[in-house]
Amino acid sequence: MAKLKISDLAKIRDRVHEQINLREDGAQVKITVHMGTCGIASGARDVLNAAMDELDKSGRTDIIITTSGCAGLCSQEPMITVERLNEEPIKYVFVDNAKMRQIFNRHAVEGEVQTQWALAKGSEQ
Amino acid sequence: MKRFRQHLLICGGTGCHAAGSADVRTALQNEIKKQGLADEVAVVETGCNGFCAMGPVAVVYPGGTFYVSLTIDDVPELVQEHFLKGRPVERLMYKEPASKDIIPDMKDIPFFAHQQLIALRNRGLLDAESIDEYIARDGYRALAKALTEMSPQDIVNEVKKSGLRGRGGGGFPTGLKWEFCQRTPGEIKYVLCNADEGDPGAFMDRSILEADPHSVIEGMTIAAKAIGAHHGFVYCRAEYPLAIERLKLAIEKATEYGLLGDNILDTGFSFNLQIYQGAGAFVCGEETALMRSIEGKRGMPRPRPPFPAVKGLYDKPTVLNNVETWANVAPIIIKGGDWYASIGTAGSKGTKVFALTGHVNNIGLVEVPMGTSLRTIIYDIGGGMPKKHRKFKAVQLGGPSGGCVPEQYLDLPCDYEEIIKAGAIMGSGGMIVMDDSTCMVDMARFFMEFVQDESCGKCTPCREGTRRMLQILEKICEGRGEMSDLDLLEELAAMIKDSALCGLGQTGPNPVLSTLRYFRDEYVAHIVDKKCPARTCVNLIEFRVDEALCKKCGQCFKACPVGAISWEKKQPAKIDLTKCIKCKTCIENCKFDAIV
Ligand SMILES: Cc1cc2nc3c(=O)[nH]c(=O)nc-3n(C[C@H](O)[C@H](O)[C@H](O)COP(=O)(O)O)c2cc1C
Ligand code: SF4
Ligand code: SF4
Ligand code: SF4
Ligand code: FES
Ligand code: FES
Repeated sequence: MAKLKISDLAKIRDRVHEQINLREDGAQVKITVHMGTCGIASGARDVLNAAMDELDKSGRTDIIITTSGCAGLCSQEPMITVERLNEEPIKYVFVDNAKMRQIFNRHAVEGEVQTQWALAKGSEQ
Repeated sequence: MKRFRQHLLICGGTGCHAAGSADVRTALQNEIKKQGLADEVAVVETGCNGFCAMGPVAVVYPGGTFYVSLTIDDVPELVQEHFLKGRPVERLMYKEPASKDIIPDMKDIPFFAHQQLIALRNRGLLDAESIDEYIARDGYRALAKALTEMSPQDIVNEVKKSGLRGRGGGGFPTGLKWEFCQRTPGEIKYVLCNADEGDPGAFMDRSILEADPHSVIEGMTIAAKAIGAHHGFVYCRAEYPLAIERLKLAIEKATEYGLLGDNILDTGFSFNLQIYQGAGAFVCGEETALMRSIEGKRGMPRPRPPFPAVKGLYDKPTVLNNVETWANVAPIIIKGGDWYASIGTAGSKGTKVFALTGHVNNIGLVEVPMGTSLRTIIYDIGGGMPKKHRKFKAVQLGGPSGGCVPEQYLDLPCDYEEIIKAGAIMGSGGMIVMDDSTCMVDMARFFMEFVQDESCGKCTPCREGTRRMLQILEKICEGRGEMSDLDLLEELAAMIKDSALCGLGQTGPNPVLSTLRYFRDEYVAHIVDKKCPARTCVNLIEFRVDEALCKKCGQCFKACPVGAISWEKKQPAKIDLTKCIKCKTCIENCKFDAIV
């Protein structure tokens, strides 16, 4: 990667903004696993592996799995956020391997929010 | 191939297997045989169908009835009803989650609703390992602005205008600190980040470094431009491996992108950043000790002045700020000092991150405008106490340098000044909520033990004085205290505060002083009545059931690990002291405080 100039910042911003907003590359769904120290301590890595495994099995190329830091509510970790294109992001709490697999198949793939484990919809800002 | 009337597909995937699907399958097969249905109903094992959380799951065809969470006990009913009589068992079926609209909006959940995110602006939103995502959320835009549109003095002015004060504990105005350093002449200057985070219960700095390391790098680079520095260090405790790993990666990426290193963004400005791993001594968080430690010497404080802004790392002018302070810089540069100063109270601007822990439901990191009341933080955001029969007692603010704030101050607006008036300090933002099962003398003892352990030993008042104070507190907790000890504690505290060299000693007696101020009666109970009202200090508990209070519920009897309690229905419990190991499990389990 060449060193950036000021104008490059805006270019990256525009390009990646599209990506994180799911618009480019035909991505339909983004799953974020919150992996701060306390998330990891409470099993976020296992959750991430479960998500990757289900993604593998599903063969889908339009689902992105990503990680992010602490979501703030450490006592309800592991937490994930599932965001389908043009739908509000949904945050799930106390996710484990099995719940992750179900959320993947029922919500990420089929679009049916798993209300029983959902904490909230929308995002903080 | 034989034809069956019905098929029962039971999941044998990993999830359901772990939930006992193999046993359920065997039970089903046996029961089907027993009912003479073996030729009519096929039992088939399938792979995971994604419903593991409700495992073991099974589907019956025709019809596609979906059963969840099956247990061996459900089997006879299921087979008789569904397969023999043809009546699906509703009780065991999967119930569709209620409609979407019962999920509350993030904005309606009190935990999130009362928060305002500046330092934590990117939390949960970006991949901490992707610099592109940081840039996509306006990252490094402030740096670009600072490097191309602002003079060093403009930067300092903007930060001064914002009213930002150091978030590492002292609350010193950040803009002023930068200005001192800017005005000190010198070819070589340094910019440092304090990520030593030693307060028990604090984890805000760790979390920022883990979730958003670029926000710290960007803030530091902007300050470097303002004071004319080209080198910087992040001093991070080695106990934070994930933070270090992510920061390291962030520095590499930023250097690769030309956002660190030589000729940043082609503007001719250079700034190099390194990580220094500290061994995690609390005193190394003190600024002068931290600098010595980076120099490779033993981390001991030295007297100030000279202040680091004049003579800091390697005796060069140095700016040191806390992680959270740094994370506030970029938004101030982008949105302006006036915007930042519009949030908060007269003397404390912006937001503060608190690490909310202890006896509170929503343990976590919260960022609120300065001036938010303790009640809002503890009850609305924190969701109150987890144990219904327990009452709020106090909240400990500022860690070992701080103090506890009792109930009558719950409506206190949290800012630097008000917290000091209540006898505590903002500190770095540790907030430990305590219910009435907490003994305040024991709490004071705990923090004194911490201070005594962490004292570097350089000056006598701190080294010897804290040891003496700890001994007295231990004596009181053991029931050997005398009333004169209280005066002695106060005397020693005043002496240490006056004469200790660094902040550790100067503030170390605070937890004792604040508990003496608000909970003196609890000290007196320990000393005169030889009782620990919160029943924490083992030596002062009789381990006797007070029959007048006992509601005969038997909870203590069930909980005792060594069978020292006898109890029968409608009879009060009794503790056999010859068997009791004084583990306090019964006390924790008695909702009626009947064990004294
Ligand atoms: C014993 C002691 C421990 C300290 N530990 C820390 C610490 O862990 N993190 C921190 O940022 N500041 C700590 N400080 C405060 C620092 O000395 C310094 O004031 C601060 O890092 C300056 O940054 P700020 O102005 O952004 O708060 C400590 C001070 C003392 C006396
Ligand atoms: S006050 Fe305590 S920690 Fe600070 S220099 Fe003196 S002995 Fe060391
Ligand atoms: S738990 Fe308390 S109230 Fe219940 S039997 Fe034991 S002492 Fe009595
Ligand atoms: S203190 Fe522990 S050992 Fe003693 S009676 Fe209670 S539960 Fe049993
Ligand atoms: S580290 Fe995940 S919520 Fe705290
Ligand atoms: S293992 Fe049974 S549904 Fe996943």
